[in-house]
Amino acid sequence: MTSSDNGPRRGPGARRKQRIDALAGSAMATAPATVDEAGAIDEGDGVSLIASAWRRLRRNPIFLLGLGITVVFVVLAIISPLLAPHDPAKWILADQISQQTNPVPDPQPGHPLGGDPKGRDLLSRLLIGSRQTLMVGVLATLGGLTGGVLLGTIAGAFGGWVDSVVMRIVDVMLSIPSLLLAMSIAVVAAEPSQWTVIIAVGAVQVPIFARLLRGSMLAERSKDHVLAARALGVRRRAIVLRHMLPNSLGPVIVQSTLVLATAIIDAAALSFLGLGNPDDSQPEWGQMLGQAQQYIYDNPHLAFYPAACIIVVALGFTLMGESLREALDPKSRR
Amino acid sequence: MLKFIVRRLMQLVLVVFVLSILLFAWLRALPGGVVSAMLGERATPKSRAALTEALGLNEPIPVQYLNFLERAVQGDFGVSTGVQTGRPALDIFLERFPATIELSVVALVLAISLAIPLGYLSARRSGGIIDNASILGSLVGVAVPVFFLAFLLKYWFAVELGWLPVSGRQSIGNATSVTGFFVLDGILTREWDAAWDSLKHLILPGIALASIPFAMIFRITRASVLDVLDEDFVRTAQAKGLSHRVVRGRHVMRNALLPVVTAVGLQMGLLLSGAVLTETVFNFGGVGSALEEAFRERDYPVLQVIVLVAAIAYVLVNLLVDILYALIDPRVRP
Repeated sequence: MTSSDNGPRRGPGARRKQRIDALAGSAMATAPATVDEAGAIDEGDGVSLIASAWRRLRRNPIFLLGLGITVVFVVLAIISPLLAPHDPAKWILADQISQQTNPVPDPQPGHPLGGDPKGRDLLSRLLIGSRQTLMVGVLATLGGLTGGVLLGTIAGAFGGWVDSVVMRIVDVMLSIPSLLLAMSIAVVAAEPSQWTVIIAVGAVQVPIFARLLRGSMLAERSKDHVLAARALGVRRRAIVLRHMLPNSLGPVIVQSTLVLATAIIDAAALSFLGLGNPDDSQPEWGQMLGQAQQYIYDNPHLAFYPAACIIVVALGFTLMGESLREALDPKSRR
Repeated sequence: MLKFIVRRLMQLVLVVFVLSILLFAWLRALPGGVVSAMLGERATPKSRAALTEALGLNEPIPVQYLNFLERAVQGDFGVSTGVQTGRPALDIFLERFPATIELSVVALVLAISLAIPLGYLSARRSGGIIDNASILGSLVGVAVPVFFLAFLLKYWFAVELGWLPVSGRQSIGNATSVTGFFVLDGILTREWDAAWDSLKHLILPGIALASIPFAMIFRITRASVLDVLDEDFVRTAQAKGLSHRVVRGRHVMRNALLPVVTAVGLQMGLLLSGAVLTETVFNFGGVGSALEEAFRERDYPVLQVIVLVAAIAYVLVNLLVDILYALIDPRVRP
C-alpha cells in the first residue's frame, strides 16, 4: 500500500486512525514495560514479542517471498561490480547507425542483452543499476524517517500549541499531492542530480511519518509506565526519549518498508519526467527507463528490463512490509 | 453540524493561506529568479531592471507578498512564460482542467465499480482462491509504476493491436465545444461519432490511472466487510431469518462502505499525481501534461496556479468526504 494510507484525516477519520495507531503501538509492547528506579525500561517483553512475530512470519509464504526478493537484490547490489562483465559507462559495442536505422546494438556473444543506444553493455548497466536504485530508495526513506520522527516527536511530546503548529504544517504538506511536491522540490534545485531526487522523494514522506509517529506517541503518553516515570520525577526529556519514543517506533519502522517501495517508484517517476540525474555514467533503473522512452517503439526491451527490475524490487518490499504490519498489528487483516 | 463545517472551512482558509506563503517563498527561491526565467540568462541589465521594476520585485518582501495575494485573489496569477508566452496562467489552467476531470472520473468509476464488488466477494470467501488472487493482484498493482502500466497498455492495445487510439483526446475533432468535456459535448450536440471517439481516447489512460485507486479501494472494502461481518447486528439479522439479499444490502454493505467513502476522497491527490504521468504518456492535454510542460519550460506562473488549485481542490474534497461521512454515519456526527 502506498503513502495514501496516512493521508490527512481529521474529524471522524482522524479518530479512527488514532485508534489504529494506538493499536499498532501497543502491539509493539504487548505487556506493559516495567520501570525500575533509574527509569529504564525492562525490554524483556519486547524480545518475546519479536520472537512470536517471527514465529508467525516464518510460516507466511508472502513474507518469505518478499524477504527472498529483497535479500537477492541487496546481495546483487553489493556484489554487482564483481558480476558486471563490462564497464557500465564505456562505449563498447559498435554503433549501428551507419548500417541500419535502429541505433540499438543487438544481443551478441559476450553481451547477452545487447547494448543501449550509446553502445554500452545493457546487462552490466542493469546490474550496476541495482546499487544506485537501492541507494536512492534507502537514503530517501532514511531522510523521510529522520524528518518525520523529529517532527512527530516534537508534536507528540509537547502537545498543545506546538502540536497544533506542527500538525498544520504537516496538513499543508499533505494537501499537495506527493508527486507534485517532489517535482517542485526537484525543480528548485539548480542542477538535477542524484541528491535532488533523494531529497525530493524523502521530503514527501516526512509528513506521513510525522503523523504516524505522533499518533502512537499520544497513545503512549497515557500509558502506565510513562505515568509512573513522571510520578518518579524523571525529567521530561528522559521520559520522551527513553520511554515514549522507543515504544512508539514500531508502526513507523513497519511503514518504512512500505515507503522503500514507494520511494523507488517515485524516484523512477521523477527520472521519467526528466527531473532525475542526467549523468548516466552510474546508471539507475528509473533513469534507464526514462531514457528508453524515445526508443520504445522499436526497442521495447530497453524499457522492459529496468521496469521489470523496479517492479520486482518494489514488490519484494511491499510483500515484506504488508506481512510485517499484519504480524505486528492484530487488528489489520492484510 | 454547522459548527463542524464552519470550523473545517476555517481550517481550509488557514491551509490555503500557509500554502500561499510557501508558494511565494518557493517562487523567490527559484534558481535565477523570475526575471531570468522570463528574459533568459543573457538579457541586458537594463531590460532586467525594467522587468524587476514592472513586477514590483524591488519592493520589500512583505509588500511583494501582499501584492501577490491581492492579485491572486482577483484571479491574476501572472502570464505564462512557457510555450504560450503572454497568456494568463489561469486561462491555460482552465483550458486544460476539463480533460483531467474527465479522465479522473473515468478512472474513479472504473476503479470503484470493480474494486467494491471484488472486495466484497473477497471478504465473503476469505482465504479462498478469489481472495488470495485478488490480494496478490492488488499488491502487484502497487508495485507497478503507473507510467509503465500506461506504456504497456499503449504499446499493446494501441500500437501493436491498433484497437484504440494511441494518444490525444480526439481524432476527428469535435465541431462544437460546449463544456470542454468532450464526451459530454458530443452527447449534448448529438454528435455521436465525436462522443464515441472521445470515449475511445479515454479508455487506455482511464485504465492506467484506475490502477492506483483500484488497489486501495479493494483492500479497504475487503477489510471493512470482514469487520462488519463479525458484528452482532449481522448475526441478529441472519438469525431473524432475513433474506441474504436484505442482510447483504441493508446491513453489511451500508456499514462497510463508510471507510470506503473516506478512502475515495483520499485518492484525489493520488489521482492528480497519476494523471501527470498518464497524461504525459498518452499526450492527453490535461492539467497533468500542462504541469509536465510547465516544469520542462520552467513556466513558474502556470506551475503556481496548478499547485495552488490542486491543493485547494484536494482539501475541499476531503472536507466534503468528512461531511458526507458524518451524514451517513450518525455515530461519528460531531
